[in-house]
Amino acid sequence: MSTSAAKELVPLRVTVNGEAHELEVEARLLLVELLREKFELTGTHIGCDTSYCGACTVLLNGAPVKSCTVFAVQAHQSNILTVEGLAKGGELHPIQKAFAACHGLQCGYCTPGLLMASLSLLSKNPRPNDREIRKAISGNTCRCTGYQNIFKSIRMAAESMAQGKS
Amino acid sequence: MNIKQEYTVYTTSFRYLRASSLEQAGSVLAELGEDAKALAGGQSLIPLMKLRLSRPTTLVDLNFISGISGIREQAGRLAIGAMARHADIENSAVASKIPILHDCAAGIADVQVRNRGTIGGSLAEADPTGDWLPVLLTLACEVNCVGPAGKRTIPLPDLVKDAFTTDLRAGELLREVAVKAPPAKSGGAYIAFKRCAPVYASASAAVQLEMSDHDTCKEAHIYLGCVGLTPVRASQAELELNGKKISPKSIEAAAEAAMTAAEPASDMRGSSEYKRVLVRALVKRALEAALRRSRGEHVEVSHEYVGR
Repeated sequence: MSTSAAKELVPLRVTVNGEAHELEVEARLLLVELLREKFELTGTHIGCDTSYCGACTVLLNGAPVKSCTVFAVQAHQSNILTVEGLAKGGELHPIQKAFAACHGLQCGYCTPGLLMASLSLLSKNPRPNDREIRKAISGNTCRCTGYQNIFKSIRMAAESMAQGKS
Repeated sequence: MNIKQEYTVYTTSFRYLRASSLEQAGSVLAELGEDAKALAGGQSLIPLMKLRLSRPTTLVDLNFISGISGIREQAGRLAIGAMARHADIENSAVASKIPILHDCAAGIADVQVRNRGTIGGSLAEADPTGDWLPVLLTLACEVNCVGPAGKRTIPLPDLVKDAFTTDLRAGELLREVAVKAPPAKSGGAYIAFKRCAPVYASASAAVQLEMSDHDTCKEAHIYLGCVGLTPVRASQAELELNGKKISPKSIEAAAEAAMTAAEPASDMRGSSEYKRVLVRALVKRALEAALRRSRGEHVEVSHEYVGR
């Protein structure tokens, strides 16, 4: 068993947006702080910091998780995808394009989390119905939009991803 | 990397042990006593630690132990590894053969929490507002544990002693949840009501009906969640159904009896009067769904909340 005393640093190997990292962190460091403060990936937001709002949602080995409620050391040997990993070669991901086209955001604070939750939904279920969309984003709170344009964005993203065009 | 001092929402410092087996985790936990805690999915523990309501000096991480998260069927039993995530159970074809398990797994919190939270963590925490306990208590269920004194099997009704209190001894950890497949002509359903997806339920009803024919109930099992320090068995409600024809009238009588059995506390999730009325409605709906399922109908129920 690998052990660490309080304040001692724990070795961590983690791949973030395709890039492998090896570092040492304090055990109580949260995954969201690792991403924001160490890797300077500040696209992942901290909203409520209580596991409620979903602004901190990232994909951990493909599954959406609230990164404010996972210790960084638990992501050892894992793959993490954040909002910064969505665009490829300077071109936005179809989900990002759809959120822009449908005005699926107002202040934008919840958007990174919603994009990651949407990506997880559409990769498992390319043609979700409204009920399935509602269930998939029920862990993501938006205080501006009333969700109507977010639904439109996810529907449009599903269309464009199914047609294989961005 | 060190923690920046300006952060306020942070846990106290702790020693971190990445366990490679349950036995090893158990011996460390037994040695360190109450200062140490096991870390399963962390979806209750980490928020509690961030609020500093829980301040363990050592965390023993169970997430890197292999072979304790599988879900398999064997000899009329479903064996669910203690570290199976709620999402694993939600998406398991074998688990979904017992519909009440899917009702529960698919509605706990939200997709992000279901991807982390575990059935073993939920049972060991014994939170009065937890979902798994009332659900599993309607079934023939036992938990297989491992600890410093060896292996032990605990019938589920003996596991929970009080709110947040189980029969587990120092260093004893859940390894597997074993559920006996309900007999033929059975139907069950679980409905929890909550304000919105990520929050705890205000009240919940778990029912399992074993029928002797199309209309006659052989045995009913009814448990209520969130309305007592531990899940409340609605014994009088069961008696309203046992050996009787199930009709809108007997369902109504059972729901009334369940409402009387509930002992809810008033809190931010509703007044005790409100929760009692909620219990009556949830038991009625769960019984109706369970009856239809016992007849082979496909009925979808799960947690209910605004905007679902």
